[in-house]
Amino acid sequence: MSTMTDPPKSEFRLSMLINDTRYRSLTFQVIAAIVIALCIWYLGNNLIQNLRAAGLNISYSFLGDSAGYDINQRLVEYDSQSSHARAALVGLLNTLLVAFLACITATIFGVAAGVLRLSNNWLVSKLMAVYVEIFRNIPVLIWIIIIFTIMTAVLPAPSAFRGENPSSSMLFDAFAFTNRGAYIPRPEFANGLFSSTALNWLLVIAFLIGSWFATREIEKRATKKQEETGERPKTLLLKLGVWLVPFALLMLVMGLTWNIPELKRFNFSGGINVGGPLIALWFALSIYTGAFIAENVRAGIQAISKGQTEAAAALGLRQGRIMNLVVLPQALRVIIPPLISQYLNITKNSSLAIAVGYADITATLGGITLNQTGRAIECVLLLMLFYLTASLLISTVMNFYNASVKLKER
Amino acid sequence: MADQTNNPIAFVADGNIPESPPPARETGVVKWLRENLFSGVANTILTVLSLILIYLLLKNTLPWIFNGVWNANSLAECREILAGKTGACFAVLAERWPQLIYGFKYPVDAYWRPNLAFILMLVAFAPVLFFDLPRKLLLFTAVYPFIAFWLIWGGSILVPLVALIGCVVAGGVFQKFGKNSFAAGFFGAIVVALVIWNIGGALIPESASENAWLSPVPSRDLGGFMLNMMLGVTCVSLSVPLGIALALGRQSNMPLIKWVCVIFIEFIRGVPLITLLFVASVMLAYFFPPDSTVDLFLRVVIMITMFSAAYIAEVIRGGLAALPRGQYEAADSLGLDYPQAMRLIILPQALKISIPGIVNVAVGLFKDTVLVSVISMFDLLGMIRGPILASTEWNGVYWELLGFASLLFFVVCYGISQYSQWLERRLATDHH
Repeated sequence: MSTMTDPPKSEFRLSMLINDTRYRSLTFQVIAAIVIALCIWYLGNNLIQNLRAAGLNISYSFLGDSAGYDINQRLVEYDSQSSHARAALVGLLNTLLVAFLACITATIFGVAAGVLRLSNNWLVSKLMAVYVEIFRNIPVLIWIIIIFTIMTAVLPAPSAFRGENPSSSMLFDAFAFTNRGAYIPRPEFANGLFSSTALNWLLVIAFLIGSWFATREIEKRATKKQEETGERPKTLLLKLGVWLVPFALLMLVMGLTWNIPELKRFNFSGGINVGGPLIALWFALSIYTGAFIAENVRAGIQAISKGQTEAAAALGLRQGRIMNLVVLPQALRVIIPPLISQYLNITKNSSLAIAVGYADITATLGGITLNQTGRAIECVLLLMLFYLTASLLISTVMNFYNASVKLKER
Repeated sequence: MADQTNNPIAFVADGNIPESPPPARETGVVKWLRENLFSGVANTILTVLSLILIYLLLKNTLPWIFNGVWNANSLAECREILAGKTGACFAVLAERWPQLIYGFKYPVDAYWRPNLAFILMLVAFAPVLFFDLPRKLLLFTAVYPFIAFWLIWGGSILVPLVALIGCVVAGGVFQKFGKNSFAAGFFGAIVVALVIWNIGGALIPESASENAWLSPVPSRDLGGFMLNMMLGVTCVSLSVPLGIALALGRQSNMPLIKWVCVIFIEFIRGVPLITLLFVASVMLAYFFPPDSTVDLFLRVVIMITMFSAAYIAEVIRGGLAALPRGQYEAADSLGLDYPQAMRLIILPQALKISIPGIVNVAVGLFKDTVLVSVISMFDLLGMIRGPILASTEWNGVYWELLGFASLLFFVVCYGISQYSQWLERRLATDHH
């Protein structure tokens, strides 16, 4: 007969809070919570006292006040009578604009440099290595300033375009590159289908998206046909037609005209003025981040084992198709995640616009508005909120894309 | 058989024909050129284009560099000496050298102090970077921050001395109690250090720094490349331990700790450094006690440290995640508690994996120190854009100054990344 003794009745002792793993993590968390609460209380208390001493309070009503400063580069209507909130919106759109442009060009630079660095041409691969090392090891702020200085010091002033024998002339009589920025023709619609310009442009974009879907459908059908018969029908002409014909028709109907910049008394007028700071920031961010992307691309391509390339070659694929069908789809999986963080870096680095006077959100909300109203806490918080939202949005979108190209295992 | 013996054989080779040399196009320089530069039409075009590019670059920069003027007092004088030729005006570097390196307010007769601190820094870093050196040198590394503080800021030697004593006693307490319980040792050490610093701080007389051997220099007088170096070194050294703590916190299975760390890391990584510097310059002062004056340098150090700690934490988290589960389980099965397992088994391996990432963050951070020029601190870039380019003598010498700044940063950053590659090869214990 075996006697079963009850397990010892463990009455709760205070030392178990530290020594018993069941309670220990709870103890630590309670201590941590108390410490965090004390810190917050301490900081908050200091804040309240400091604000009271300075006679300030936290309020966002200043956003409705008239801003009273001008912004040259803007995507939406704005004048110096507009509110601070409107100025912040202008800055926000400017940030998004330069980040978007720089992301595209940085990808182009980066992919080109990354592929060329793997080229079997010794000179080219060494040149690309030098490009990557030089740009990666020098601060982006210095690059922005260098490129801005090149623009202002090397490009001609608008007055150089004047006179019988001007020292500079406009490219194709339509583009002018001056030290105040570039002037390019602006497309305008003489008899648009809608009264507002924005709606007309939306219509154009809708047409382009429609063409894109149509091309995808054509591709799909061609693939289906190829799988059935083994012959791939020629689709190039059809695709070109789908892109060009509706677009050309739309342009005809809406009466497209070009507003070409003209030299007036002191400066060019008409056309689109792409400001010097925007170009400098755009170019500097793209070429700097391009160096980082080049390294990611190189690492991604090198991560694909040589066996893959050889197997594709053994199947009889041509050089270009090996790259397109075998190497790149696999390399993309390695390249995309670091590429996302480079896009985030571009968005965050675009805040350096303040150094060359491009009116992004840091320069408007965090610069002039902050200095004029003295609302440091509110402005900086709003600024951080914007960047945080933008970062989270970009990484969410990109993570979805990442998930869609991920290796699908069982 | 018989046939063969009867037939007289006309020729018997009694040796090998001497090897003829390979065709000229398949050897030496020609082969290398053919294979690497001219292996096809496309490649030839690329080569020619690159050669043209290199030629244009050299044609425009070499005369500029070699005609450079090193002795002049202003840009106008430079132009006079050059007399119409293209050439750089490096005289600005020679004349403004102290400003570029130390800033424009650091006392001239005290330049030897940062110089000495810099040399000692190399000595202090040596045992950390190259672990073949005798380990006893680490003692100097531990004392170095206090020496450097005293050298650069000057003032009474009592201040760094009290700080040092606090740290030494805290270390002793940790040694004594940390053996039994990590938590007891750790928190005990913090409490002891705080007590000693407070008592010591109260004992130092107010007038101690007035007639000190090294004259005191306020933080706002620091500047130039020295400021970049100081910010970079201080913030990287401070952010590595903080980053480790954050990474461990993020891996923790205590929800509160985990979420605090996640929110902190994601928040910091989501905003640009420049907004954090705005926080340091205009907002942080509101969070300190009303009568305290925390100078801008310290506020900037706090924000940059938080910034890089969040990035380092993510790098280390990657290292922790890359370790096989077996390592954690092995540590548990040996009966090690959490701090022991981390210190003896997990972190040494995880940190080794993370070294390249940490060095990348360090290089990035060092480059980012130029951002302080935006909040009007006079670092190297701030000096160039502010006092030097704005002066009447040197208004317009962009390329020499910006090129010099680029060169300084390139040398330091490229050096660091080369070191990290060397270290990676050195630490590789697996066999390929």
